[in-house]
Order: sequence, then C-alpha cells, then structure tokens
Amino acid sequence: MARRLPLRDGEWIDRGRPLRFTFEGREYSAFAGDTISSALLANGVRVLGRSFKYHRPRGVFSAANHDSNVLLQSDSDFNIRGDVTAVADGMRLTAINTQGGLDKDRGRFMDRLSPLLPVGFYYKTFHRPKALFPFWENQIRKRAGLGRIDTQWPELRLPKRHGFCDLLVVGAGPSGLSAAITAAESGARVWLVDENARAGGSLNDRQDGTLRDQLLARLAGLPNLTFLPDTVAAGWYADHYVPLVTPEGLIRLRARAVIVAGGVYEQPAVFRNNDLPGVMLASAALRLARRYGVAACESAVILAANNDAYRNALELKALGTDIKAIVDLDDPEARGDLHDAVKSAGIAVHGRSTVYSAEGEGLLAAVTVCALDAEGRAKPETAQRIDCDGLLMSVGYAPAAPILYQAGTRMVFAEIPGQFVPEQLPPGVFACGRVNGVFDLDARVADGAAAAGEALAHLDMQTGPAARPGRSSERMSHPWPVFPHPKGKNFVDLDEDLQLKDLERAAAEGFDNIELLKRYSTVGMGPSQGKHANMNAVRILARLNNQSIGATGTTTARPFYHPVPIKHLAGRRLRPERRTPMHGWHRDHGAVFMPAGHWQRPKYYGPAPEAEAIRAEVMAVREGVGLIDVSTLGKVEVFGPDAARFMDQLYTLKLSTVKQGMTRYALMVDEAGVVIDDGVCARWGEEHFYVSTTTTGAEAIFRQMQRMIGEWNLKVDVVNRTSQLASMNIAGPLTREVLQPLTDVDLSQAAFPFLGARQGRVAGVPAWLFRVGFVGELGFEIHVPAAQALHVWEALVEAGESKGIRPFGVEAQRQLRLEKGHLIVGQDTDGTSSPFDANMAWAVKLDKPFFQGKRSLQILKERAANRLVGFRLPGNHPGPIPRECHLVIHDDDIAGRVTSIGYSPSLKAWVGLAMVDKALADAAQLSIRVEGAVIIQADVVPTPFYDPEGLRQKPETAGEVSA
Amino acid sequence: MKLIHCPKVGTRPASEFVYGGLWRPMPDPDSTTDMEWSHYVFHRDGAPGVQREWWCHAPTGMWFVAERDTMKDEFLRTMTVAEAMKDLAHG
Repeated sequence: MARRLPLRDGEWIDRGRPLRFTFEGREYSAFAGDTISSALLANGVRVLGRSFKYHRPRGVFSAANHDSNVLLQSDSDFNIRGDVTAVADGMRLTAINTQGGLDKDRGRFMDRLSPLLPVGFYYKTFHRPKALFPFWENQIRKRAGLGRIDTQWPELRLPKRHGFCDLLVVGAGPSGLSAAITAAESGARVWLVDENARAGGSLNDRQDGTLRDQLLARLAGLPNLTFLPDTVAAGWYADHYVPLVTPEGLIRLRARAVIVAGGVYEQPAVFRNNDLPGVMLASAALRLARRYGVAACESAVILAANNDAYRNALELKALGTDIKAIVDLDDPEARGDLHDAVKSAGIAVHGRSTVYSAEGEGLLAAVTVCALDAEGRAKPETAQRIDCDGLLMSVGYAPAAPILYQAGTRMVFAEIPGQFVPEQLPPGVFACGRVNGVFDLDARVADGAAAAGEALAHLDMQTGPAARPGRSSERMSHPWPVFPHPKGKNFVDLDEDLQLKDLERAAAEGFDNIELLKRYSTVGMGPSQGKHANMNAVRILARLNNQSIGATGTTTARPFYHPVPIKHLAGRRLRPERRTPMHGWHRDHGAVFMPAGHWQRPKYYGPAPEAEAIRAEVMAVREGVGLIDVSTLGKVEVFGPDAARFMDQLYTLKLSTVKQGMTRYALMVDEAGVVIDDGVCARWGEEHFYVSTTTTGAEAIFRQMQRMIGEWNLKVDVVNRTSQLASMNIAGPLTREVLQPLTDVDLSQAAFPFLGARQGRVAGVPAWLFRVGFVGELGFEIHVPAAQALHVWEALVEAGESKGIRPFGVEAQRQLRLEKGHLIVGQDTDGTSSPFDANMAWAVKLDKPFFQGKRSLQILKERAANRLVGFRLPGNHPGPIPRECHLVIHDDDIAGRVTSIGYSPSLKAWVGLAMVDKALADAAQLSIRVEGAVIIQADVVPTPFYDPEGLRQKPETAGEVSA
Repeated sequence: MKLIHCPKVGTRPASEFVYGGLWRPMPDPDSTTDMEWSHYVFHRDGAPGVQREWWCHAPTGMWFVAERDTMKDEFLRTMTVAEAMKDLAHG
C-alpha cells in the first residue's frame, strides 16, 4: 500500500498547507508542493492512467517528467503530466485516454485484442475494401490522439523574453552546480537551469544532504549566477541559442558557451508485465519518498544490475520500506562492501537471477524470480514467487544527451560504464557528470569544476583548466536487461505499448535500421520521446542484427527535447501594417481599404456599392478633377558624381540625358532581362536624381541599389525617402483650376511642360511637383514631407470643392491606367516577361554602353515568345466577362492569359490586356476561356484604348494641333 | 539562431541579415558568348562546399561578401565588397 511517510527534513511539500482536489470524480487531500502523482499515491491511489493502445492500467514509473501514461485532463488544460505538475487547490482531474473513466474504461478490451494488433498493423490493414476505409479512419481517429481540447478555453499566450550570458549550465545536480559555481566564482555571467522545482538533482534523494546544502549555500552567494528552476532547456540552436521553457514563458537565451550536466535517465528492464502499477524505477521511489514524503510501496523487490541498486535498497529500508529481496542480474559477490551491508541489513539477495514476470490483476502483487543461465536467459524451471507491492528497477542508465546531440556532439558507446558518452564535442559545448559517464559523487563535483575551467578557457576568461577525474570504472548499465517470455506483454515502450515481439517482428520485416525501426514501430515516438525506450530498442536491434551497440547507433535527436506547449511558442497576432499620413482622412471619408504590400490603400470610397463608386471616381478624373494618395510608392534620392552613370546602368532607358527639371519613365530588368520594377525618374541636378519605385518593390529595389553601388564601385549615395515623403496625384481637366491658387509654381504649359519637375510650395508646404500622366489626364504628382501631407491633401480637397473634386482609390486608378494601356509590373508581367514580351521595346536602349540585363535583352530581342496585347469585348457582348488569369485558347491549347480587365466608362466597353503567344499578337481576335468552360471572342485592339495621342495629358498641344 | 559577422556592423543575429545569392563576378557582357552568359545568369553551383555569397545587413543596408561552408553552415570569413573585389583581382 502506498502511503504518506512521517515528516522529514528537506522534503519539498509544506504539510502546513493542505489542499483538496478531485481525481476521476473523487475528492483527495494533498499538501502544497505535492505533484499530482505523489498526492494520489499518498491517498493510496496507484492506478493513475491507461495506456495508449491496449488501455492497460498504469501508475508511477519514472516520477521524473517522463510518465507518459499518467496524463491528465483538467477544466482548463490537457495532457498534464501527473509526475511533475504541482497540485493546485480545487483542481478537477481525470485521466485521459479512457472511455467511461479510469476504472471501467471500455477501451480495456483492447488488451485482449493485442494479438490481433501486430506492429505496423495500421499500414497493413484497413486498405481493402476501399469503400470501408472512411469507416476505419473514423474509428482510428476516435482512438488516436491524447487529451481533449475544449475550444471554449481562453487563448493563452506567454511572453517571450531574451537572455544573454557567458555560460549556460543545463542541470543543477552535483556536477552542474559545481560547474556553475566554479565559473561564476571566476567572474563569468552564468545561467543555471533545471527542470525540477529545486536545485540539487539526485542529491535531493539521499539521506545525507550535506553536499547539497554546501553547494546551495555557495550558489546563493553569487550575484552573477542566475538559477532558473522549473525550466527546460528545450533545444540547442546555432551559436549557443537555447530556448528556455519557464513557467512564465519562453526565454531565448544566447550563451557564449554551454555546459550540459543533464545527468541520466534511469532505464527499465524488459520482462512480462513490466508495466503493472507498482513496477517502477528505483529512482522514482526514492524521489517520491525524499521529496514528497510518499512511500510508493510497502514491500519491495529490487531488480539490480549496478551498485546503485544496493545503495537504493539501503536508503529505502531506512525510510521504512520492507525490502523483500534484491534480485541481481550479476554476481552479488562483486558488489563488495555493499553486498555485506545489505546482508547485514537482513535483505535477501538472489544472485544471477531476474524477475521473469510481474504478477497481479491491475496492480503488482508479486514477482516471479528465475535464475539466469550462462547466456543470461531466465530459467523458468527455477521460478519462485515473492509477494510484494513494489518492484524497483536499478539496472542501468541512459545519458540525458539530447542537447549534446543537437549541438553536433559525436557520442560513442562505452561498455564501461555501459552507455553512450561524448567523444568529440563541438566548440563551446562541454559535458560533465553522469551524462559524461562520471558516476562517483566526488568525481561528478570535480568533473563539473573541470568542465567550468574548460568553458572559461574557451571564453578567454581563464587558462589551464583542471584535469578531468575520468569516467566510472564500474559498469552502471546492464548490457541485456531483456527477458523474453512466451506470453509476451514485456514492454519496451510504455508510451506506445510496444512489446519485445513488436520490435522483433519489425526487424524481421526488414525495418532493421534504427531509424526505420523507430518509424515503423513508433518506438520512442510517444510523449516521453523514448527516454525510457530507445536504449533498450537499440540493444534489441543490435542483438537481432548481431551488431555492436555503436554500429547500431541511435536515432537523431531533434529539438524540442521535451514537449513544449504551444502557448510558449505562439506569437502575438501582429500583422505590421503601414498607413499613409492621409489614412485617417480616407477612413473618415468612407474609404474601403485593401492591402498593397505592407500598406493599406483605399480601394474606393463608399458608401456607394463598389462598381458604382469606382465608375464615378473614374468619371470624375476624366471629366472634372480627382485626387489619389500615392504615398506608398517607393521614393529614392540618388546623389554623387556617378549618379547619372548609376541610373543608366540600373534602368533600361537612358536617364543620363534627362534634363534638370524633367522626368522620364524608368524601367528596371534583372540580369535575365525580366521586368522587375518601374517608376518615374526626375533630375534635380547634374549629380542629383529622384526616382520612384512600385509600392511592393520599394524595399527590394532600394536594397538592390545599395548592392549595385558596391558591385559597380561607383561614387553614389542613395537615400530611401519612401516614408519621409508622402505623395498625391491630382488629375483631370480641372486640375490647374484647383492647384494653381495653392502653389507658387507656375503650372502653365509654357512654364511647366508635360513630364516636367518643379520645386515650390503647395498650401505653404515645401513640395516637389511632377507633371506625369499615369491616369491619362492632365495631372501633377505632389511630394511633400509626410508630417505636412494631410494639411496639403485637405487644402486640395477644400480648394477643389467647387469643382467637384473627388478622391479616388486604387481600383479607379487601375481602370484609368488600363484605358491608357499602362501595365502594372507583376500584374501584367510575370517572372518571365522581358520588356519585349511586355510590348515595351521603346523603353529599352540597347545602344547604351552597359546596363543591368542588357546582354540578356540583346539575346531576347528577337526571341521574345510572348506579347502583351490589348483586347476589347464587342459592344454587344452578351456572355460572361473574362477575369484576370482566364486563359487564352488557340488550337485547343493554352496560348496566353488575361492579365487585366475592366469596364471602361469612358469607352462604354470592356477592355483588357492579355499576355499571349507572340504568334497571336497580330490576330484579329482572341478566344478566351471564361468560367464554365465557355469560350468567348475578344477583338485585339491597339493600346492605349483611350486618347491614343495623349492629347488629354497635354491639352495645350491639342490646341496647337487643332489650330 | 546563428550569429553573423558583418565586416562593418559587427556580429549580429542572422535574422537581421538577408542572403543575396552567390557572389559571382560578371563576365564581360560584350565579349562573352551566349552560352557563357546564360550560364552566368541561370546556373548556380548548389554542391555543398565553400561558397562566396552576398549578404546584406538589412537594418543598415550594408552589403558584404561571406565565405561560407554550406556543408557545415559555417561562416569562414566575411569581407567588404571592395576586399572581395581585390581578392578576386589577385586570385
């Protein structure tokens, strides 16, 4: 019977603070500091969960954060680990993975079905007949997975912090404490983390607490040493970047060096019914007793394969446990003084014997002990029964080395002490203590200090580290703690209910490589990630393959070392959004926004329905005056003696010949001759240009410019003015009437010609004005400091009120430019379009000495495969309207796609652009496949669709022509 | 997360840097054959080993050249563009 022990010094519970909680509907008492498992054991509850596959009863096994069969559900969380989670007052807990409760779990019939569920049965069954698969899938889904998520639970996000230190020490046992203290006493900034609630590691589980108290006293006096309890170092990333999972959230720690002192995981033996509640690791029983004052059993048999087993027997006996026997896999005479000590304590020792099977209905009641033959096999004819309610295993260890593996450590298997040990560590990573194969207590302390010395030397903080004490010369882990039984149920992996025969069968079916074995059998893939299964799986496979452990190897260790709740990882839902200075005005005036890169731009202004609003905005620009916010354009100033040459080399047109006070279209291609950006280039001085980029290309193009300055070795500086300057475009036949009264710049044709650039003031604000015509009407782009942009915008709106000025959005602008046949880079072109494909041969000056992409364009000039053409639907077109990306079909094959389409209120017709095979460029009609696989015909027409001579942008010229 | 050493800015976390592709000196576009040019434009040597690469420290816009062992993801050294050019001229 499990029970609470009398009060002892050093325990982690506070008996003055009782708590109440319920488990499976019954109320129990606990003390503050109890884990759920310790509290339940103290109440005599030993069946704490059901296994994943066969629904077998399970209890405490490791009590060390790896009890994946003791997972619980509360009102607000799931997959709570009973062995490490503190009881909170009022907790209401149930075991997961049961149907109808832990005791009466309807899933327990699965245990009797186990012969029908061999390893890999998922892969082999349920495929035929195919029609039944949905049924099986549904059944399997009901059984798979752990825990239940309540979607009503509040969203939990924990903060993420950053930490920095010279040295991170992982594990606060004797060697980790020694390492951290030694390094900190030498002046290093040290962080020490341990997953337990307190420092001390295994020192907490011994009667003699002297060493622990000494180390903790030194620890407390070091201000440059930060100790984080309840913290898991979850992984190792490049340059010692370690995520620390703390109860308060994740800390991303950047260390300059790391010492791993993670210790070992005690390992189980494999024998029949080794999963019965009451069978556990000896370290689990000690931990429960010393830390939580709980006796896990009344009478125990100890399965032994190392000297620690004998020490554990003596410790537990001193705590009042009736030790019925030590069953030693080896020769007890070799244990020396320890053997004598247990004998004089009255403990029976069965040498060269094993526990062949555990007995009991749902709880351990006895063990069957058999002598071993010369090959280490149990001899069933020697069976004898020993009654006990606890079987405590001390047969070996596996290093807690995931962090070492992740950092790139080469580990080798050492027969003595019988585990993998570090052979070659990466720079800045060190190991000490039991993970390093050092078991003697004094040696572990010395190993920690020596590791600290090595780390300090690595950090150039100290030279001449102390010598290492050397690894244990005792064998701590039995090479073959595996005992076949004709009736099976000898589990290798408790997470996944894998028996010895499952691994044997997997290997026999050809999955005889450790990585394949893992994936086929799922060994090590459960919540404990194989911490108590992998080592035995490696031993079993090695024996099946007749290989050494080293040749068999281990599976790859990947982050995270331990399951990390999503709340630690989930970021804030932060979608950075850029807004222009006029954003609030747009919002207040009914703008419906759309994203443009990181920016939000008005799509159109309501409250009218979209199509109606866009049409009205288009007509305002065509017939009156409109105003659009174009602040999102990229804006770059270019200075320097080589500025003109730089612009020539960057863009396809010749920009060095742009006169001061004038602008020119600027088209950029990459080295392959593909169109990547366009804008308008203005020249302010001999060595001073100002160029715009597309909204979405702004960042990349500016970065490209910075790179080309270096690569071309030019004396040029570029300044990104994108967010410093806001810009707006006022356009329409009434533009001058609105703008002229607000500016000192003479807007007359004589003073400010088409494509001109001027500096002056608008509404009292210093401004740059450009007379450009993206929308195809008389218009000026006005660039002003962002801080004053709203003022200028409002002044324009006010001045235009009597002229019916109307703000217009991106959709109207798209429509207006489409009528003019102006392309949008990235919409009408794609990652293969050269200027020749885009019908922009006019924008390429191959007679320049050099520009980016020139050589490719020379080659492509005669080979361009596509052509951007304009099309127009016949006026009486009755059928469905093509959309962007609808295909152009020719001879039953794809021959292009629609890139832009819109209804032109000015032309009272649907017009669009299509990128088509060059052969179709001169066709009279295009066949476009629209929704419902309907083919419609469109007329190919030259662009611009609207005002082909551009007279509206230059009304004075129109006067001259007509005159 | 990796740390990267920019020759001008110093050592900063990798998230501040942008990879800019292989550092490949451009052949003379006027004298090279079409085949050589297309090789330059389209071919990248993806085999693991020591490569020279463009890297940019994004917050400062500082471009530099890094020699990186792509097999081990290890930065062997970083240099300014001018240093890389000089290296090329001498190499």
